[in-house]
Amino acid sequence: MYVAVKGGEAAIKAAHELLADRRRGDRSLPSITLDQITEQLALAVDRVMSEGALYDRELASLAIKQARGDMIEAIFLLRAYRTTLPRLGYSKPVDTAKMKIERRISATFKDLPGGQILGPTFDYTHRLLDPSLASDEQVPEASEADIGGEMADEAMPRVSDLIAGEGLIEADSQPPEDNGEWPEPGDLTRKPRQFPMSRDLRLQALSRGDEGFLLSMGYSTQRGFGTSHPFAGEIRIGEVEVEVDMPELGFAVSIGRIQVSECQMVNKFKGSKSSSPKFTRGYGLVFGQSERKAMSMALCDRALRARELDEDIYAPAQDEEFVISHSDNVQATGFVEHLKLPHYVDFQAELGLVRKMQAEFNERFAAVDDDGDQEAAQ
Amino acid sequence: MTMTTALCDDMSATDNIARYNFAYLDEQTKRMIRRAILKGIAIPGYQVPFASREMPMPYGWGTGGVQVTASIIGPDDILKVIDQGADDTTNAVSIRAFFAKMAEVETTTDTTKASIIQTRHRIPETKLEEGQIIVFQVPIPEPLRFLEPRETETRKMHAVEDYGLMHVKLYEDIAQKGHIATNYAYPVKVKGRYIMDPSPTPKFDNPKMHMSEALQLYGAGREMRIYAIPPHTEVVSLDFEDYPFEVQTFKEPCALCGGTGVYLDEVILDDAGGHMFVCSDSNYCEDRRANGHRGALSPDILDEDTAEQQREGTDR
Repeated sequence: MYVAVKGGEAAIKAAHELLADRRRGDRSLPSITLDQITEQLALAVDRVMSEGALYDRELASLAIKQARGDMIEAIFLLRAYRTTLPRLGYSKPVDTAKMKIERRISATFKDLPGGQILGPTFDYTHRLLDPSLASDEQVPEASEADIGGEMADEAMPRVSDLIAGEGLIEADSQPPEDNGEWPEPGDLTRKPRQFPMSRDLRLQALSRGDEGFLLSMGYSTQRGFGTSHPFAGEIRIGEVEVEVDMPELGFAVSIGRIQVSECQMVNKFKGSKSSSPKFTRGYGLVFGQSERKAMSMALCDRALRARELDEDIYAPAQDEEFVISHSDNVQATGFVEHLKLPHYVDFQAELGLVRKMQAEFNERFAAVDDDGDQEAAQ
Repeated sequence: MTMTTALCDDMSATDNIARYNFAYLDEQTKRMIRRAILKGIAIPGYQVPFASREMPMPYGWGTGGVQVTASIIGPDDILKVIDQGADDTTNAVSIRAFFAKMAEVETTTDTTKASIIQTRHRIPETKLEEGQIIVFQVPIPEPLRFLEPRETETRKMHAVEDYGLMHVKLYEDIAQKGHIATNYAYPVKVKGRYIMDPSPTPKFDNPKMHMSEALQLYGAGREMRIYAIPPHTEVVSLDFEDYPFEVQTFKEPCALCGGTGVYLDEVILDDAGGHMFVCSDSNYCEDRRANGHRGALSPDILDEDTAEQQREGTDR
């Protein structure tokens, strides 16, 4: 017999209690601290900051803990906090040429001014599980090389700027005419998304886009769905200064440093109706250390410039509306998971319709069958 | 405004770590959303793009409706939230609790008492009145979306009133299936201009939109669109002269309150095809039962039966 279900409220409360209980797990084990997450799960923290679009290691660690390690849930928590923060202003563009480098590699030149610096990378590790990590093994401090005065002072110009000297690669973007002011970049979070999108907004969307989605999209361009002939011109990871103009002072002041990963893809371009053969760029910049994301972003950025470069648009990765509309994992997970919400009103409507259509179909079928029998009898 | 500040101060006093404004959204955001709402009211049925915010509930859970409600709600409002017509579905409970906490407003399940009704998938059976606002949660605001997936294209189609595709779709339904095979999110034309998606309400509710005394606001958070139907506006469900629009009908009345001419949910009773139909609008059903109406499977009728059987049993 039907008993009207009352008590959604009590059920929700109980579910939340159970969730908190499961999150904490075995009470005989110490609770994980935010510092431990920040220090030992640093790349998880970086991903949450990058896709949560908020640079704050402590809050990202809190989000990871609260989300029980569910990254998209943690990203969502951070976003929902970020969106309530007032917008005090915009920083000046960060200058990645002045980055305090931790890693910098180029796949296009064997050696280059500033040198190749491997930094803390998984590349060239053998992916063998390390049993020593199962216990609290002491790890020695990393050794430090003492680089001589001359090398330490050596500038580390961006590879794309080095090639640009020869005129083989397009300019970073069209400089304003008459040396005027660069146009103010848009803000994806303050204006509704509309297509076609300018590159500044597109890059913002890609930078906070889902790593897995961008990885697959970037990968697809390498397999022929929008071939873009990429070379990893340069990947650099390190800290950059964030400067803000202070109107009261009349000059810019550094408000701190953030770690970013930057990728400049250099893509062969055979030329089109409107532009000469040259190298073109794809750009990736994300919070924290995430080469995979920065590289994927650069591949997608380049593929999405198809319209601007007068290329044929035929592959998913070149389709701006497709890529940008579906790259945000907070939106995607919400809409996919909302299927869990009750839909019985709509389903009732469909039940009625399917019953009716099935009855009509069976009637027609029966009628045809009767005809068939008659013919056979004759 | 003074009230708003007072509430904020209260909150900050109890919790200094994370402070939230009255009704969660900051005032600049509310102003931006109110502008979008006003534009929507000025151009009935037109989808106004707005800079939708991340909300503390997932996209698809009604973030558009919540943003609209958060932007229009004041301390004196009385809020009702329904999902599938019912006040006690989990998501309705959750959204109601959200506003009770973040805006400290009075909430109600009584349709007639509410000044704002946020809804998902239904319009209440009780006729809405002047001064009431109904806020719809919208998943896909674009009525042409499943005919043309590109926003760039559908915006153009709306701009030039190119609705041929929709009429062809409805015609093909009739040609192939004998009737229009859309039962919810049934497209309407608003004030003779824009074709609009009424959100996935059953087409049963479409006539309630026409010339409604209440203001109807629609919020789609993930898709970043707001649209509106001002009170006393013509809303016509699309149809053909020889295939006029019809709403769903139910063969039996509500099993709990005996109500007819209302939308019913089917409830499965066993695994042998046993089912019953009950009002989807829980407040309407309760109200009728409070006024003495009974359906065939109403618990107290059944209780009386069992009580009688028991009496009979003891008599023997």
